Amino acid sequence: MTLFRPLEPVGRTTRIVLGIAFFVVFFLAWAAATLSGYVPIIFLADPITMVQDGWVLLTKFGFSRDIGVTVWRVLGGFILAAVVAVPLGILMGAYKSVEAFLEPFVSFARYLPASAFVPLLILWAGIGETQKLLVIFIGSVFQIVLMVAVAVGNTRRDLVEAAYTLGAGSSSVVRRVLIPANAPEIAEILRLVLGWAWTYVIVAELIGSSSGIGHMIIESQALMATGQIVFGIIVIGLIGLVSDLAFKVVNRVFFGWRLA
Amino acid sequence: MTGPKLRIEGVSRTFPGVAGRPPLQALEPTELSIVENDFITVLGPSGCGKSTLLRIVAGLDRPSAGRVLLDGRAIDGPGPDRGMVFQSYTLFPWLTVADNVAFGLREAGVPEREIAETVAEYLEKVGLRGFENHLPKQLSGGMQQRTAIARALANDPEILLLDEPFGALDNQTRGLMQELLLGIWERERKTVIFVTHDIEEAIFMASRVLVMTARPGRIKADIAVELPHPRHYTVKTSPEFSALKARLTEEIRVEAMRAATTA
Repeated sequence: MTLFRPLEPVGRTTRIVLGIAFFVVFFLAWAAATLSGYVPIIFLADPITMVQDGWVLLTKFGFSRDIGVTVWRVLGGFILAAVVAVPLGILMGAYKSVEAFLEPFVSFARYLPASAFVPLLILWAGIGETQKLLVIFIGSVFQIVLMVAVAVGNTRRDLVEAAYTLGAGSSSVVRRVLIPANAPEIAEILRLVLGWAWTYVIVAELIGSSSGIGHMIIESQALMATGQIVFGIIVIGLIGLVSDLAFKVVNRVFFGWRLA
Repeated sequence: MTGPKLRIEGVSRTFPGVAGRPPLQALEPTELSIVENDFITVLGPSGCGKSTLLRIVAGLDRPSAGRVLLDGRAIDGPGPDRGMVFQSYTLFPWLTVADNVAFGLREAGVPEREIAETVAEYLEKVGLRGFENHLPKQLSGGMQQRTAIARALANDPEILLLDEPFGALDNQTRGLMQELLLGIWERERKTVIFVTHDIEEAIFMASRVLVMTARPGRIKADIAVELPHPRHYTVKTSPEFSALKARLTEEIRVEAMRAATTA
């Protein structure tokens, strides 16, 4: 049975079938537990109720607007963080003096939980959009800085030396070697951190918010509408899946040189 | 031309000891003069400091004492006047073959039209016409090293430094690469320093072979190779070649054994 030989690759069709199979198993288990009455609906809605509740949310309560607002917040906060963090990370990775200056602080700041900043940020920025963006910004920026710095710091030394012997100076090495050599890695880091940004946005929306997926989830809790809660969670999962695929496609288009 | 192309004056290198271990002397004070257009091979056992010497000439490493003069000017850091080909594959993987060869020219601000001409010229010389738009990952090891040689030569350096450039290639490819590089040198006459641990390679390429001792490295023999040019690979089976090979094998064997017992 080649399916269970270690490190043996599987075909494309097999891979897709297996990937979908687990979703089917998951939904069947969920349906069995809920539809049989083993788990009461006030704790966990069954898949059918979930879909019906979702349909009502989308058609009667304008849930698509909430989705739009949440996506906008995630992207806004995340892009702000990336714009600040990627250049900073590159500088830290390239110049050991900058690293010595910033690394201890960033390592400390990285452990400050973004969610714990929510009350403080409400005090500073109110409960408007600025506060939501700031939560995501704080949650993402330090992570990106550190991971990019590590990636750049690990650039193959012989490539840098080759550039020097071809006449490149310091800024050239950064621009023409360190950045292009690590661009795929940086894209991968952004993909990873974007996933984390999604958890921060929901935290931000659970507290002091009047719109967004997180807001809908907390409202639904008051109504014991577990179907809506599950629907909201699944929507987040689906958006995550789509953004992940988008990142992978972009990586393949731009960084084909790296794939064997 | 008065004076040597390259002068190495009392250059030594000691690496500081790490984790309480004593400092390690890689290279004893070394004197060396190289005349223009000479092809020097540096032959020695692994870890004898031959790469350290080459890296100091390239400016990638600093001597603990002494100095290196190129055309009478002291070297301070790496520069485009000393082209280098490394043992590892150092083509920039995100650039095509043509863009790799153009790297140094772009750095120097050469106009694009001139770059295109130079790139085409050197790719022709290393036999890679038609591969301009290939990425390094699409090339074999030998083709990658040929591109690396073209990339170094396109900069028109004063001196070409090669650090076991064919060390990772199979025997047949290595033989072909030696002929290719020697052919280029016979036509263009560059000053070349070529580091290797392969005796046959050292003789075949060189007009002068320097043999280094086991660590700490020291030049123990300086042997002229009088074989006529252009050299054909069949020279490797000639009596003169065999005699040189026998002599160098003896020199190197002593050092290899010393390295094996003291390491």
